[in-house]
Amino acid sequence: MTVPNKQGFFGQFGGKFVPETLMAALDEFESAYKKVKRDKSFRRELDDILANFVGRPTALSEAPKFAEMCGGFRLFLKREDLNHTGAHKINNAIGQALIAKRMGKQRIIAETGAGQHGVATATACALLGLQCVVYMGEVDMARQELNVFRMRLLGAEVVPVSSGSRTLKDAINEAIRDWVTNVRTTHYIIGSVLGPHPYPMVVRDFQSVIGREALAQLRKRTGKLPDVAIACVGGGSNAIGLFHAMLPHESIRMIGVEAGGRGPELGNHAARFSGGALGVLHGTRSMVLQDEHGQIAETHSISAGLDYPSIGPEHAYLQEIGRVEYHDCSDDLALEAFHKLSESEGIIPALESSHALGWLLRNGASISGDVVVNLSGRGDKDVPTVAAL
Amino acid sequence: MKDHGIGVVRASGALLTGDAPEARTTPKFIAYVTCGDGDTVRIVEELEEAGADLIELGIPFSDPIADGPVIQAASQRALQNGTKTRDVFAIAESIRKKSAIPLIAFSYLNPVMRYGVENFARDTASAGVNSLLLTDLPPESAKEIRAAMHAQTIGTIFLLAPTSTDARIKAVDRASDDFVYYVSTTGVTGARKELDPTLIDRLDEVRAKLTKPIAVGFGISRHEHYELLRGHCDFIVVGSAIVRAVGEGRSPGSVAREILQG
Repeated sequence: MTVPNKQGFFGQFGGKFVPETLMAALDEFESAYKKVKRDKSFRRELDDILANFVGRPTALSEAPKFAEMCGGFRLFLKREDLNHTGAHKINNAIGQALIAKRMGKQRIIAETGAGQHGVATATACALLGLQCVVYMGEVDMARQELNVFRMRLLGAEVVPVSSGSRTLKDAINEAIRDWVTNVRTTHYIIGSVLGPHPYPMVVRDFQSVIGREALAQLRKRTGKLPDVAIACVGGGSNAIGLFHAMLPHESIRMIGVEAGGRGPELGNHAARFSGGALGVLHGTRSMVLQDEHGQIAETHSISAGLDYPSIGPEHAYLQEIGRVEYHDCSDDLALEAFHKLSESEGIIPALESSHALGWLLRNGASISGDVVVNLSGRGDKDVPTVAAL
Repeated sequence: MKDHGIGVVRASGALLTGDAPEARTTPKFIAYVTCGDGDTVRIVEELEEAGADLIELGIPFSDPIADGPVIQAASQRALQNGTKTRDVFAIAESIRKKSAIPLIAFSYLNPVMRYGVENFARDTASAGVNSLLLTDLPPESAKEIRAAMHAQTIGTIFLLAPTSTDARIKAVDRASDDFVYYVSTTGVTGARKELDPTLIDRLDEVRAKLTKPIAVGFGISRHEHYELLRGHCDFIVVGSAIVRAVGEGRSPGSVAREILQG
């Protein structure tokens, strides 16, 4: 079965739950997307930018010393950290900015948590000559100061968000309020496989290049499919990007790793499957961390990019049908992996990606064969956070 | 006008048997309050005395994406006061003891899902609430909720916006039991000095395509707005201006009177 269906549902998850003002804009975006999907000149333009500006294909690096610390398997890292701007986010930002341009929308808004999506969007806007406004929670602005500076260097306006938990969730609230107000002139580039249809589908499609490249690279290196694919899951765009092309290959075990934070009590983590319930947040029906009255819970993760109370609807679906398993990794374990990968392999991973590696450190003994981990971003942005500990 | 026998229409057929020209020229006044921000029962009493014809009871939600800063802050205060969905039903019951004024529950989808749609419909009805409006629930996704509400003779109301296409106007008209709620401008809730300059033309155009009455909200906060809208809609909704007065300790009734009488 292909998902999503026409109404944007992945099984019972997904859909379009937004104020009426946005419904026409979502329809417009969906038809523009369908049009560019059939348009060879769009594909050529995107591929050209991905190759000559972003630097794709990204490398696939074997990490034998880190693998040895985990267990007895071969470990390959899909190096999305080597993309221009330092994370996978640029794959989607460029794609959506190109569509916005074709829709005649000159103003772009975006939300950002870790700042990587904000930097990627600011970069795409600078490249394509679009105006860019990025909403970012004040807590995230403090812990990702370097990225705030980068966005401003790239000509974007960064708007601090002081409501609620002052993190990614609140930045999305403000971005939606801006979009409701300026919908006629503005395209909202959502950075993850979240939000109302068609966003989860569009973002997935633009990120699926990660898994396609990884399969081709592994075929050359090992002559076969990987046995296990692992990625961290905040909203879930880097994970869907890795998994999407691998889903039809049933022999591949897939694992998504959520932020286990400080512990299992509500408010201390961002583990939606173990701690959440079915709900609607930011236009999509999925698993949502909330209290018993349906108020959205605050979340905690050492990594800003995983610090979000809901999860992409396709992940909720993949979990429900049992195709992908989801686990979590604590702040401490992620930090341990952050240091170990840096020291053993000469790669400083983003704290987000470190969650996938941390899970492997703890559970690697039970795994064999070839493992591919999506190294979704580089850790430069996290150095001040880690140094302050 | 057809009596659908549910929701606000059932509560006060008189308000909406608006085929008489007078009834369609002088808009009825809908006042919004955020439940749990201040003494809601007393506030509603004051608003009714000041001339409000219907009341929207806002069920606070932590992430109100359709609301501007005033209602966001009020929702936050209400949640900090510990307001739960069941408290809103208790408020409605207290109002109902003294008044027959039609009550519309106004919220977002998530608190209703969490309460359980069937339970929510049952408790809404037994509290004396007449209709429901959820800002992030478009009619095409509302099948389950509409059925549950209708089973309890609760009406459902949906939004139209300046960006709505003809097809959507038709669908919203069909799905709305009591009236259609037209959002005056692209944007979030909040008092505005001036209304969208294209509002009246657009409103006339939309109203002509509807079979249901039309309410206009978002931004309405002054007597001159009320005068401007006279003859172009069946209801006006005032929210943020009232909620702000409550937050600042001013009388919400005098805000309503000022808008109605100048």
